[in-house]
Amino acid sequence: MKPLACMLTFIIALAAVPLVVQSNTALNFLITALLIALVGQGWNILGGYGGQYSFGHAAFFGTGAYVTAILQVRYSVNAWPGFLAGVTAGASMGAIIGALTFRAGIRGSYFALVTLAFAEVLRILASVAPITGAGVGTLIKLDLRASALQFQSRAVFYWVILALVAVSLLIAYALERTRFGAWLIAVRENEDAATALGVNAFKVKLGAMTISAAVTAAAGCFYAQYFLFIDSGIAYGTRMSVEALLTPIIGGSGTVFGPLLGALVVKSLSEVAIWVAGDAPGLNLIVYGCVLILVIAFAPRGLVGLLGGLKTHLARSRLLKDAANG
Amino acid sequence: MAKALLSIESVSRRFGGLLAVNHVSLAAPTGRITALIGPNGAGKTTLFALISGFLAPTEGSIHYGGEPITTLPAHERARRGIARTFQIVQPFSGLSVRDNIVVGAHLHHPTRAAALDLADAIGRELGLGAMLDRPADTLTVAGRKRLELARALATKPKLLLLDEVLAGLNPTEIREMVPLVRGLCGRGITIIMIEHVMQAVMSLSEHVFVLAEGCIIAEGTPAAVAADPGVIEAYLGHGAAKKWGAPHVQ
Repeated sequence: MKPLACMLTFIIALAAVPLVVQSNTALNFLITALLIALVGQGWNILGGYGGQYSFGHAAFFGTGAYVTAILQVRYSVNAWPGFLAGVTAGASMGAIIGALTFRAGIRGSYFALVTLAFAEVLRILASVAPITGAGVGTLIKLDLRASALQFQSRAVFYWVILALVAVSLLIAYALERTRFGAWLIAVRENEDAATALGVNAFKVKLGAMTISAAVTAAAGCFYAQYFLFIDSGIAYGTRMSVEALLTPIIGGSGTVFGPLLGALVVKSLSEVAIWVAGDAPGLNLIVYGCVLILVIAFAPRGLVGLLGGLKTHLARSRLLKDAANG
Repeated sequence: MAKALLSIESVSRRFGGLLAVNHVSLAAPTGRITALIGPNGAGKTTLFALISGFLAPTEGSIHYGGEPITTLPAHERARRGIARTFQIVQPFSGLSVRDNIVVGAHLHHPTRAAALDLADAIGRELGLGAMLDRPADTLTVAGRKRLELARALATKPKLLLLDEVLAGLNPTEIREMVPLVRGLCGRGITIIMIEHVMQAVMSLSEHVFVLAEGCIIAEGTPAAVAADPGVIEAYLGHGAAKKWGAPHVQ
């Protein structure tokens, strides 16, 4: 099956889930998993395809969430344009941080540290600035109407986040088939060699960071609409930055389905851990740590890489068997 | 002499206290192969980095096709037709051979289909046809050198800077590579090559510049340069020309 058809079938299958599963707990689980998948897909565009490992994707998640929330609460802007404004603000934040860091030639672990610093600065600002509600946080008024981008049924929220994830999958799919994507991957593999082939590495990285930030910001906007509450720890906390990079690395960074697969696995394991050990604080972090160690030790290319390896292994053994028989 | 595609006027590059390239002037005539030779550490690769825009000169100016390019960034020079290969090959090791060449092909072909077609054609032309689907890091040294060349060619260069494409190859591989380079020149690509394999320099180039300690110490036909006492001394040490040197010195 063609990859695009495969992707569409998969999305349609996921879209049909609420028709079968009515349990709010199950839908809530799927919504948070898809939310993390979206955050991770944002990271994947810059980190997985572009090789720029950001530790501060919370900067974009939080900016999207806060802009959506603040516009509604303080400026009575409708939630729909508020959502778009949140995505735009997140993208702009990505462009600004990208321009500053890439212009300065910051690469590798220094890039990771600088992005982490940006997210932390934003978190501290948000925890004291009056406009963000400072330490109290921002509460969006409950208004369960589609015109306010709030829904009575969790199923609709589920379809909204699924649609956003579908768009992010299409972006990743396009990266693998366009000039921009080829250049971005070339920059990841070897920036000097790419430059020698006429690739403007600065522009390519900046573009990737902007798209990446926009996708992650969309997840932040959705978070604000779904939970109707954010504070500086939720929006800009390192937890979001960590989840942003964990899911693609576990699922397979630089692959279309890696973040989605990683998010489903990580969230399932957290749920199982909570079910087994009760809701001990920090338990999810222990689960993340263990999964990360296992993945790096046994599947450095992530779960998608593991499946791909299995496929070539099977194909090879079939070839060998054919050769032996023939 | 044909009109120069590239001309360098009194270019210098300083790294702290070290003057790596010292007031070098040279010209590469259109459609010819110009060779750049010299002992290790003479500044040859630095000079290539200055021409391709990876380093900015401390002083001097560089003209390409009659226009000044001294301050243009490297990717912009590639866009205008200056391609380089790296002395230490730099494949995109995570990608297939085909995808490596595609990156170069995209420079003038925005669509993936056109870039793939060009990459396949160039890969076959350079004898990489059977290896297009293989990961680039599974190639032999000779294969990697060819890939380096294929990627550069995919950008449709007018000026090609070859940094030791023959280094590390065995005599058979060198014999296969030499006509390939000559063929490129036949297609109208101007070439400047850094090369230590003198047999190849002799058979390929018409004009040789010799760089030693950052300065051009001799230029001329390969035969004349090889017999130049200054050049022999630069390679083998002071007094070498007298001891073992070219016949006309004795």
